[in-house]
Amino acid sequence: MSLKEQLENLRQTSLQEIQKVVDLDALNQIRVEVLGKKGPITEVLRGMRNLSNEERPKVGAFANEIKSDLAEAIETRKAELEAKKAAAQLAHETLDVTLPGQSIKKGTPHVLTQVIDDLEDLFVGMGYQVVAGYEVEDERHNFEMLNMPANHPARDMQDTFYITNDLLMRTHMSPNEARDLENHDFKNGPIKMISPGRVYRRDTDDATHSHQFYQMEGQVIDKNITMADLKGTLEYTIHHIFGEDRDLRFRPSYFPFTEPSVEVDISCFRCDGKGCNVCKQTGWIEVLGAGMTHPNVLKAGGVDADVYGGFAFGLGIDRFAMLKYGVDDIRNFYLNDVRFLNQFTQEG
Amino acid sequence: MKVSYNWLKDYLDLTTAPKALAEKITRTGIEVADVAQKSAGLKKIVVGHILSCQPHPDSDHLNVCQVDVGEDEPFQIVCGASNVAVGQYVVVALPNSRIADNVKIKKGKLRGVVSMGMICGLQEIGFADSVVPKVYVDGIFVFPEAIEPGTEVYEALGMTDYIIDLDLTANRADALGLHGVAHEVAAIESLTPHFEDVVVTESDVQTADHLAAYVADEQLAPSYHLRMLQNVTVQPSPMWLQTRLWNAGIRPINNLVDVTNYMMLTYGQPLHAFDADTLKGDHKQVEVRLAKAGEKLTTLDEAEHALTHEDIVITDGHQPIALAGVMGGLNSQITADTKNVIIEAAVFEPTAVRKTAQRHNLRSDASSRFEKGVNIADVQTALDAAAAMMADLGHGQVTAGIISPTNLIPSDKVIEIEADRINRVLGTELATQTIVELLERFGFGVANTDNRLTVTIPPRRWDIEIQADVIEEVARLYGYDNLPSTLPTGAMTTGALTPEQKALRQTRHTLEGAGLTQAISYALTTPEKARQFTLVDSALTALDWPMTQDHAHLRMNLITGLLDDAAYNVARKQTNLALYEQGRVFLKQTDDQVRPTEIEYVAGLMSGNRQTKTWQTAAAPVDFYTIKGVVELLMTSYNLSDPISYQPTQAYPEMHPGRTAAIYVGKQLVGFVGQIHPAVAKANHLKETYVFQLDLAQILALPTQTVIAKPAPKFPAVTRDIAIQVASQVSNAAIVEAIKAKGGAHLASVELFDVYAGSHIEAGEKSMAYTLTYLNETATLTEEEVNAAFEKVVAELVATFDAKIR
Repeated sequence: MSLKEQLENLRQTSLQEIQKVVDLDALNQIRVEVLGKKGPITEVLRGMRNLSNEERPKVGAFANEIKSDLAEAIETRKAELEAKKAAAQLAHETLDVTLPGQSIKKGTPHVLTQVIDDLEDLFVGMGYQVVAGYEVEDERHNFEMLNMPANHPARDMQDTFYITNDLLMRTHMSPNEARDLENHDFKNGPIKMISPGRVYRRDTDDATHSHQFYQMEGQVIDKNITMADLKGTLEYTIHHIFGEDRDLRFRPSYFPFTEPSVEVDISCFRCDGKGCNVCKQTGWIEVLGAGMTHPNVLKAGGVDADVYGGFAFGLGIDRFAMLKYGVDDIRNFYLNDVRFLNQFTQEG
Repeated sequence: MKVSYNWLKDYLDLTTAPKALAEKITRTGIEVADVAQKSAGLKKIVVGHILSCQPHPDSDHLNVCQVDVGEDEPFQIVCGASNVAVGQYVVVALPNSRIADNVKIKKGKLRGVVSMGMICGLQEIGFADSVVPKVYVDGIFVFPEAIEPGTEVYEALGMTDYIIDLDLTANRADALGLHGVAHEVAAIESLTPHFEDVVVTESDVQTADHLAAYVADEQLAPSYHLRMLQNVTVQPSPMWLQTRLWNAGIRPINNLVDVTNYMMLTYGQPLHAFDADTLKGDHKQVEVRLAKAGEKLTTLDEAEHALTHEDIVITDGHQPIALAGVMGGLNSQITADTKNVIIEAAVFEPTAVRKTAQRHNLRSDASSRFEKGVNIADVQTALDAAAAMMADLGHGQVTAGIISPTNLIPSDKVIEIEADRINRVLGTELATQTIVELLERFGFGVANTDNRLTVTIPPRRWDIEIQADVIEEVARLYGYDNLPSTLPTGAMTTGALTPEQKALRQTRHTLEGAGLTQAISYALTTPEKARQFTLVDSALTALDWPMTQDHAHLRMNLITGLLDDAAYNVARKQTNLALYEQGRVFLKQTDDQVRPTEIEYVAGLMSGNRQTKTWQTAAAPVDFYTIKGVVELLMTSYNLSDPISYQPTQAYPEMHPGRTAAIYVGKQLVGFVGQIHPAVAKANHLKETYVFQLDLAQILALPTQTVIAKPAPKFPAVTRDIAIQVASQVSNAAIVEAIKAKGGAHLASVELFDVYAGSHIEAGEKSMAYTLTYLNETATLTEEEVNAAFEKVVAELVATFDAKIR
């Protein structure tokens, strides 16, 4: 067999072996055996001494060609095997991605807080300040300054938790309006305030009554505030809370501290105004009371009612939450059953 | 106030249908709760004439009646009512009819006898018990006169009338009478109401010859008037009157009482009728005065009341015969035998009436009107109208003259207002003429002088007193829905939460991030609960007149509320709890302090497992260090300047004495954290429960540090671990303090990574292992530097704690 034939044989057998091999170690073994210093090619090349000067370069070139072919075949095969191995590894690592993830617990803000925060953000965005006030109030701020003089029916003992003759648990958030009127200096601009907070009434707790609940009052007092401004503000607020698609109905009403007074209804979101048990078959749900601040209230707060005027509004946070989320028993808000609380998982 | 649509039509030429009118009334000023016909839903209910009535052969109380219901043959109907009798005209529900509550009546058999329907009582066709004439309450209704058999009953019983139920606000007592409602509807519909003049025919007998009246104090009854009727016959009222009353929610009694109620409904003026012959003496006396201590009165509802000196009473000069404006006395009531009547029309002091009604639990149609005020222009009109109608229905004579010990002369009110002022308040641009027309629709007089309006308000609208009231009248008749919709303009204001408000929100968010859910508990509680878990000594604030003992005192801590919440949840098998509450406590430094100080607190409660068992992890119960971790997270979030420390405390009796830490910022005590005392937990039906409570107001007032940015370190940190064995009472805080004291300039942090006490260590000892991290921000630390610093720490620990290095 000529050297050339030997080389050709070598190429064929080695290529076959390379194709057959299935693991990287064996492939490396082949590389060492075939291309190594003690390998057959080297052996063949050693025999070149006996060749003529003419043939020697040709055989040498041929040998180098085979060497590089085999090296390339080995590299190709190596890449193939590595890819296979990697694929096998990944297949081995496959997880059941439907198993539950590690639970990370986040607490839930109380639904009443969510409603309050939402309203605060809305009004802060419109340039209002948030005022807290006192849960224990005096008669002057809770009643007297709000055009409810002594003997006014709203001041009856049975509706109010009195502490002394003069001190009581505030029955609404309006005392903060009186306090603001009292303390405000119009040199610093108009009054634009809201006041959400806890109020108390002498009620027996049942599905629709609670001796403790939350209200939010708001007022704007300036030189040129109109009832149209009140209407626009209320529309904006109610649409924000209950959705743009609600129809609103503005009804004249009566509160001692506003004149004119208004109550606002929204079209029932359960039946869309057709009549159902949520809206007591009327198609409307009352959500809010408001009005133009009564001159007596302005005067009691030391504000010149001929120069300044404005509006005030009040709404029940619990009521809003009950309507918005379909809560049918107000006691749920204060029993703190975690199964109840945790359904309101995110501010919305 | 239930308003009959048909009755309104007596005064107004109404064309708007009842439901549409109701919606207009609502939008203009008086909320309509409901509009309904009593006949709605009823079917096949007709007049029947009882032709014969025989006892049922197999029953001791049923009767078998042959009833003419307008068909060719009489219907046989079995009836169980005790008042059924031959000849009566009655209400018959035919087979396949529908009566109240959607009940269907079918042909059937009663104890073997065929019954073609049912003879009905009024309740069975939808009447409330409270309006059915007493004689028919327990039986069938009998028409007072013949009606063609087979005629539907609805018309005759007033059931086709639409009843508009007005939900009146306190200021609109003027609409507590049909005349007032008619004025309101007239304004809405641009109509003119027409009322018939009242004509009283008086006899020759002078009232003053038989009757005198005195008002002890004009304040009690500023307007007081009596009329007298003689020789009346008491009998049932005609059907038209009865139906008007029951449609208004009032039970017909007899012609005299019914007239007083009818006139109250007409004018909004309550009236009362006394049987004149029950008053003492021949020359009758009526006196209005305050009751005397010890006086008693049994009212018409047969309840006896011990009167107080704040009750206004009517007496006959000897004893009380009525609670003024509230309810008449049984002793002077109209009976079937009454012949001579005294009618009273008055104005009583509103607050006294209200308080009397409350005190004796006797709120009545009369008292609710007197307490809100009545139209002083109609007091005598109502009296005259009642006298005339009683004379007519009772065939008696009205004596000549009214006895009026007090009287109020009605006068118009005049309010001046610029048209421009109205537009400025409403945000409208109404023409002055438009405003004038709107006000005139209410029947007000309006004079316009250069856009300055002089508005004349009649006494029937006593709610209108100031300019703002006039503005409201314009606005509501113009229509609130027609007002423009704008947002306030003018000087700009910046809206922002205060730093404290932001911090309260941040506190909530941090705790929610740590897995705690917000609870809101009651601030009113029991004295025992109020006093527990208090951070500082405080006197208790009590309600003067609580509703229940459970909510009678103001809380001085937030934890007992959370314990209530926890107990509620545990009772419902919700045992893994992580709750917090942020709210106020009410503290008094001394008993003399009247008004409590309101302080923002925050508290948390954890119980059960912080980690429930999953496919990956075992369940992990909450322990002291779980809740302490929450507190540390929260306290760190405030970025306080002074160091925060936790010191063992036994100061809180409700807390576990060995598992509670007082929390200090610098030297200020700001709260505590720990396990609640097992005895307290047991009393609340709770297992191992951990709580914290912080004085948030105090924390938020503390100085905070300003963050000044530093670049991330350029040089690597070097760590050294050390494990030491010390006596078990040596605290981690003491060891860390010692390490830091001797740690050198480059000691950046000390982290505890292991605590061990057990079989591999001597009793009374424990092993603590720490990682010390050294960092030089300006150069690479050398081995020698670190070793030298570390050796100092080791030496200090050995010297101070007799520590064995492991």
